[in-house]
Amino acid sequence: MGQTIIEKIIGHNMGSVQIKPGDIVTVKPDRVMLDDIMMPFIADKFHEMGFNKVWDPDKVVLIYDHLVPASQQDDTRHYQAGDAFAEKYGLTHVHRSDGICHQLMTEAGYVKPGDVVFGTDSHTTTYGCVGAFSTGIGYTEMAAILGTGALWVKIPETIRIVIDGTLPKGVMSKDVILRIIGDLGADGATYRALEFTGSAVDEMTVASRMTMANMAIEAGAKCAAFSPDEKTAEYCGIELNGFYKGLKGDEDAKYVQTIRYQAEDFRPVMACPSQVDKIREVRELEGTVIDQVFIGSCTNGRLEDLQAAAKVLEGKKVAPFVKLIVTPASRKVYEDALACGALKTLLEAGAIVTHPGCGLCCGRAGGILCDGERVVATNNRNFLGRMGTAKTEIYLASPVSAAACAAAGKIVNAEEGYFG
Amino acid sequence: MGMTIAEKIIARAAGVEVVRAGDIHTVTLDRMMSNDGTTHLTVDMYHKKLNHPRIADTKKMVFIVDHNVPSDSAKTAGSQKKMRDFAREHGIDFWEGKGVCHQIMMEHYVCPGELIFGADSHTCTYGALGAFGTGVGCTDLLYGMVTGTSWVLVPETVKFNLTGTLPRGVYARDLMLTIIGQIGANGVNYQVMEFTGDGARGLSVNERMVLCNLAVEAGAKTAIFEADDKALAYLKERGREPKAVFVSDPDAVYVKEYTFDLSKIRPVVAKPDFVDAVVPAKDVCGVRINEAFLGSCNNGRIDDLRVGASIVKGKKVADHVRFLVVPASQQVYLQAMEEGLIQTFMESGAIVMNPNCSVCWGSCQGVIGENEVLISTGTRNFKGRAGHPSSKVYLGSAATVAASAVKGEICTEDMAALGE
Amino acid sequence: MEQFEGKVWVMGDDIDTDIIIPTEYLALKTIEDMKQYGFSPLRPDLAAQVREGDILVAGKNFGCGSSREQAPEVVKALGIRCVIAKSFARIFFRNAINNGLLLIEQPDLHDEAEEGDRILVTVNQHIEYRGKHYPITSLPENLVEIINAGGLVKAMRRRNGLEG
Repeated sequence: MGQTIIEKIIGHNMGSVQIKPGDIVTVKPDRVMLDDIMMPFIADKFHEMGFNKVWDPDKVVLIYDHLVPASQQDDTRHYQAGDAFAEKYGLTHVHRSDGICHQLMTEAGYVKPGDVVFGTDSHTTTYGCVGAFSTGIGYTEMAAILGTGALWVKIPETIRIVIDGTLPKGVMSKDVILRIIGDLGADGATYRALEFTGSAVDEMTVASRMTMANMAIEAGAKCAAFSPDEKTAEYCGIELNGFYKGLKGDEDAKYVQTIRYQAEDFRPVMACPSQVDKIREVRELEGTVIDQVFIGSCTNGRLEDLQAAAKVLEGKKVAPFVKLIVTPASRKVYEDALACGALKTLLEAGAIVTHPGCGLCCGRAGGILCDGERVVATNNRNFLGRMGTAKTEIYLASPVSAAACAAAGKIVNAEEGYFG
Repeated sequence: MGMTIAEKIIARAAGVEVVRAGDIHTVTLDRMMSNDGTTHLTVDMYHKKLNHPRIADTKKMVFIVDHNVPSDSAKTAGSQKKMRDFAREHGIDFWEGKGVCHQIMMEHYVCPGELIFGADSHTCTYGALGAFGTGVGCTDLLYGMVTGTSWVLVPETVKFNLTGTLPRGVYARDLMLTIIGQIGANGVNYQVMEFTGDGARGLSVNERMVLCNLAVEAGAKTAIFEADDKALAYLKERGREPKAVFVSDPDAVYVKEYTFDLSKIRPVVAKPDFVDAVVPAKDVCGVRINEAFLGSCNNGRIDDLRVGASIVKGKKVADHVRFLVVPASQQVYLQAMEEGLIQTFMESGAIVMNPNCSVCWGSCQGVIGENEVLISTGTRNFKGRAGHPSSKVYLGSAATVAASAVKGEICTEDMAALGE
Repeated sequence: MEQFEGKVWVMGDDIDTDIIIPTEYLALKTIEDMKQYGFSPLRPDLAAQVREGDILVAGKNFGCGSSREQAPEVVKALGIRCVIAKSFARIFFRNAINNGLLLIEQPDLHDEAEEGDRILVTVNQHIEYRGKHYPITSLPENLVEIINAGGLVKAMRRRNGLEG
């Protein structure tokens, strides 16, 4: 019987075993990712469990991102805990100020197609963009993996999403995934895999696919999957061998559901406060006055996002009394955006460009808002209180929409206002 | 009997021919600056304490958000919103995220001969352009805002004769720390430091800002240079005209005179927890650091970034060190980008932040934790200033800070160059 | 047959991890330090009002959002005996099991339950409320093993020969 991408990856990990949804199996991760905010807890649990050796230090990547730069005195305790753990157990892949974990895992070549990867952050689903099986776990399970090199998983059923055609101008992959989450609901894919396919997906850059895989969790999904192609190979710096090429859903694979979209039907949308699945077309929201715009995060802080925003803002100014905060996803993204002039354009438009990191998205610094303020943001969550108080309103949008709103000082439809 | 520059500025502002040290005069203020450290308090008093609140001249007011940018909490955001709303309602010039207040004032407002109040102690910076700038509390600022006037007790003036030129590898920062170390943290309490002589004339406006900015650390009410050709050129480049160019009379009264030979100055460091605990930098070489900070209204200008970049170029920041580079303003940031300095810093592993007060202020991004050590170009090294009460701050020049960031411990530029 | 009774707190759908414990407090040193902020964006007073043995009844997708294990730990530290919801988000579900916090999926109770009422839970069988029985299903075996071991940490300690 045919298999879905995720079934193939997990089966391969177990040594070419046939598996089916619902099976509970043990996998051996190819990489794991530890982030700064969880690090002290991981170390504590690891020691409490009685381990004195990390199963394979080369497979472990430690990344400081949520707390960089430190905004509270105790934040630096997390760096110290990480540094001490890395030194004691011989971890060599440590990033202390290079950007957001999910961006670095793919960008720095830690994840390849077919890999099984776990991370202590829910947006670990991101690596599905290169055809890996990756998902978020808690710190206790991470501690157990560090000691044993193994974790149990239940094979998820797969929902196939087919998108054919060409996206309209000004519509980004963010608009696509927001619409899909709206259709599925915030728990519509709980415990399931989302497999994306179709000619519109083939046309997308790896970065655009990353945005979609990143947000799969917002529909409750365990993971996301895209078939590796030539773009993936180039991005990952690998040859597209037979195994990688075979990582696609079989004709006769069993999907719990198949949803088809025509790319031309997508429109710029936003997720309205305070639910990720409360999706409205931007045109319906036009005129809503805003206080701040945030462009960044593991969802939309990449070069193409910054370039798209810069294109919208070229020769324009951020509206008076409105703040535009731009936080590149990684050091490399920052450097590339610097080299191509996008950062200069954004700065000249009046943006506040911060150091790469999680920034405002994780709600600890980077532009926190207060009661009655409204923000348009390109990140992945608009939960109540996430970027301020329970009376702060968060609208999630694409970088193009966000940039257009920054210039207008209110919600506007970039599709019409900026692309004719 | 003649008058000093400071006395002439006060006389002009008071509308009288002559003032003498010890006189109290009512003066008309030329400009008032307030930042997000206290403006929300001023606004509260304006609304709650006054029977008939009004603003004498909104054109004289400048509000600048620089201390917590981007905002790190809902509380901060609330204070900043209060400030923003007030500025919008009253048509007050408002800057947010565009740089440290004193740098913005120098780039856009300060003119020779002006009397300026700022609700920040380092307002004395403006003496670099031959203006009388001084720090006040928010009650004084409120009075000035409502009446357009204030009272001043005419301070005594202390003359600092500067001779010669600074040796290579020694900076204005070393000179000013040396002066403060010699005269003490209250060495010129309530007095004016007037810098004069060949050595003073040889300094650039940016270097003069370094000297004037730190004058308050010796207790001075302000510091001042004669507005010479360099100062006038600085103004002209920015499209401004002097209000009045004053020179001290040959028979002006100085309460004390000091002479410093610039050629004798060597790299120095102020040890924790006092600005006047100044020692030769070589005496503290080898002290292990956790963080290095290149920025602030004292040393975040283009010259400082050039010096820092030249030292880290082609090198890497030590693994255990967080090297914060924070341009003093958006203009400085853009220029540093043009010159390739930002790229150099990013490649070295530095954390390049948006223009703001950062760790110099110690309650926003980049704060240091328990028992951590910071070497900083900031203005102060008081106990707990940069974070945890147990942390330590050393103050040094941009060169010393950059060299230390690479070495991972305090060292001077010379030692770094020698690879020691 | 394990049975317990408790007072009910009722919450809605999609109670996310940022509501359960906001990011602002995630870097506090201990769960004890954090627990006072539990549910604060939505119900600022709740943490102070909850008593040992109380039961949380919620709608669908409880615990959606981040992988922060502080979330189930805070719920447990507040003394909440178990969470009964229409459905749970998967990472939260795993994290709760690993910390020995009992989660029960029950589709109908939430529509009926009123805050302040008491309910009787018979583990793996049913919930009794206002004279009516609400059936509950039992957990997969591998999860029962973890719970029986007293959580994943204890299971690993046993593996490493630190506990019998």
